[in-house]
Amino acid sequence: MTSSGLEFRVAIREAIVEEMERDESVVFFGEDVAAEQGGVFAVTPGIQERFGSERVFDTPISELALSGAAFGAAVAGLRPIIEIMFGDFMGLAMDSLVNQSAKYWYLSNEQRSVPLVVRSAVGGGGRFGAIHSQTHATWFQGIPGLKIAFPSSPAEAKGLLKGAIRDDNPVIFLEHKRLYSVKGPAPAAGEVLALGRARIARPGKDLTIVSVGKGVPDALEAAEQLAAGGVQAEVIDLRTLRPLDLDTVLESVARTNRLLAVEEGPRTGGWGSGLLGRVAEHGLHDLDDAWLLATDELPIPYSPTLEDAFIPGAGAIAAAVRERAGIAVS
Amino acid sequence: MTVDAALGTEAPAAYLERYGLMLLIRLFETEMQRLFLKGEVHGTTHLCAGQEAVPVGVCSALEPGDYLAGTYRGHGHALAKGTSPDALLAEMLGRATGVCAGRAGSMNVIDVEHGLVGCFGIVGGSIAAATGAALAAKRQGRVAVAMFGDGATNQGYFHECLNFAKVFSLPAVFVCENNFYGEFTPMLEVTAGQDIAARAGAFGIPSGVLDGNDVWAVRGAAVEAVQRARSGHGPTLLECQTYRHHGHSKADPARYRPPEEVERWLARDPLTIARARLVDLGVGEPEIDEVEEATRARMDRAVQEALAAPYPDPATEHATEFAP
Repeated sequence: MTSSGLEFRVAIREAIVEEMERDESVVFFGEDVAAEQGGVFAVTPGIQERFGSERVFDTPISELALSGAAFGAAVAGLRPIIEIMFGDFMGLAMDSLVNQSAKYWYLSNEQRSVPLVVRSAVGGGGRFGAIHSQTHATWFQGIPGLKIAFPSSPAEAKGLLKGAIRDDNPVIFLEHKRLYSVKGPAPAAGEVLALGRARIARPGKDLTIVSVGKGVPDALEAAEQLAAGGVQAEVIDLRTLRPLDLDTVLESVARTNRLLAVEEGPRTGGWGSGLLGRVAEHGLHDLDDAWLLATDELPIPYSPTLEDAFIPGAGAIAAAVRERAGIAVS
Repeated sequence: MTVDAALGTEAPAAYLERYGLMLLIRLFETEMQRLFLKGEVHGTTHLCAGQEAVPVGVCSALEPGDYLAGTYRGHGHALAKGTSPDALLAEMLGRATGVCAGRAGSMNVIDVEHGLVGCFGIVGGSIAAATGAALAAKRQGRVAVAMFGDGATNQGYFHECLNFAKVFSLPAVFVCENNFYGEFTPMLEVTAGQDIAARAGAFGIPSGVLDGNDVWAVRGAAVEAVQRARSGHGPTLLECQTYRHHGHSKADPARYRPPEEVERWLARDPLTIARARLVDLGVGEPEIDEVEEATRARMDRAVQEALAAPYPDPATEHATEFAP
């Protein structure tokens, strides 16, 4: 993680501003997003001043109304970006997303799609406790019609959010709260990442580590540690969990024959176990080993010692690779 | 605008047309009942017979480009907003010629061309859909209407969206079809305060309690509410008191309703009321008979066409998960 360059929260802000400049139908609303600070994570200050209170506004603390209004507005011709402050609050926002937005394109026989983006801060490590630290991606993973994007760096955040805003489908957009202050290289001007394509974040020949969001910089750091011991890990950034770019993972596994999925979330019902299953289904002949590093089946704890031990970081990833039989390490 | 003023601007012929539309909805529901028993309508269905004056009165106050979000008891909502009876009936029968090509069914009808944002299978979902549509409608000079039942007024959607719509002065009209039963449970037993319209007062939203079986009364109040919305003065809540002639759904014989209550409401059938009023206004019986006959013929044609239409063929169905 570099100390100069584009800050993640600024990358998000730039994506919103650029897309609002480009398309009059894009609107942005949520709790405290238009306030001077620009939300609890200071991501969106100044946007209301720039575009006015008809297009950018603070809402009541009303997640049910917020997501429902985004759905109705999208059907009626706007392209809403909403912020559900913490991903944990998505429980209150689910009906309009799961039962209405996700199904509209199909149920209407393709009369109209629902172009909306729901941004949320997710993830642990911030000492926010069990109900402000979850990653809600997998709550939505089994819902046809929804896309789920989860960027890993400032450049990815900007490109993916621009892609999400231009996408004609409902997109669940996750921002790991421990990435907000990370700085990195800015993307090429005007770069838009279409949703559904993974990228190889680091090439390697000995095993494939797959992750998403903050798991990607963690995996890259682990790969660096492993390289010092002679293990060349390939790191794949999924970028989107739905659609899932299985081909990129299968191609990698065909070269490395070993697969580790790193997920900040419980083992059961997560994207990691789903990915392992699909790789087994389609690429078993290429596999020598496949396993999952995820969290225990417990809520996320508060105390720093407990939380740090709970979440798989770079050290845990490197250790997991070293401990796993089948890879020679020095 | 008062009820009389709304009426005064119109010839009785306009009401004759509305009577015809109410009759079309009634006949549609009668056919649904019949076709369900024949196994042509699948799953379940929620009939709105007895409540026809509400959607017809409300939609008569709307422009074609305005939005309506309906409920799972939504056949009347769709027909009143302009969905063709042929396409709607074919949808109910699961046929390829249905308004959603058989993908949606009775509870989930969508007809964007006619401003029907959708019919929503989750109680209260229509309230949020219309609130959101009103955000877009504000820019477009349009109005968005939510139809919902008394049961929905105990959902979070009702309270959150009325607050939201008032805070942003959205061009929305919230229309509660109070038929006094939330599924099998009497509204009065599960609704604190026992007064739905009064809840609007807490949000500073104007409201009214109307005879939902009188299409004149509904239209009068709707005209006023739609004008308020379109002129930038925010939302209105209309509580239209009405009654469903059938149970909640096909699984419900509605034995929980006292027979004398049912009798009382059947005597106030919105079609009977409208017909008598038309005669009072000087519309001739032959003219009314003619509309009735034409409406029956229209419905018969819809039934014949829907029954003759093909089912969607899984082999040629090319569904895509995402819009391109």
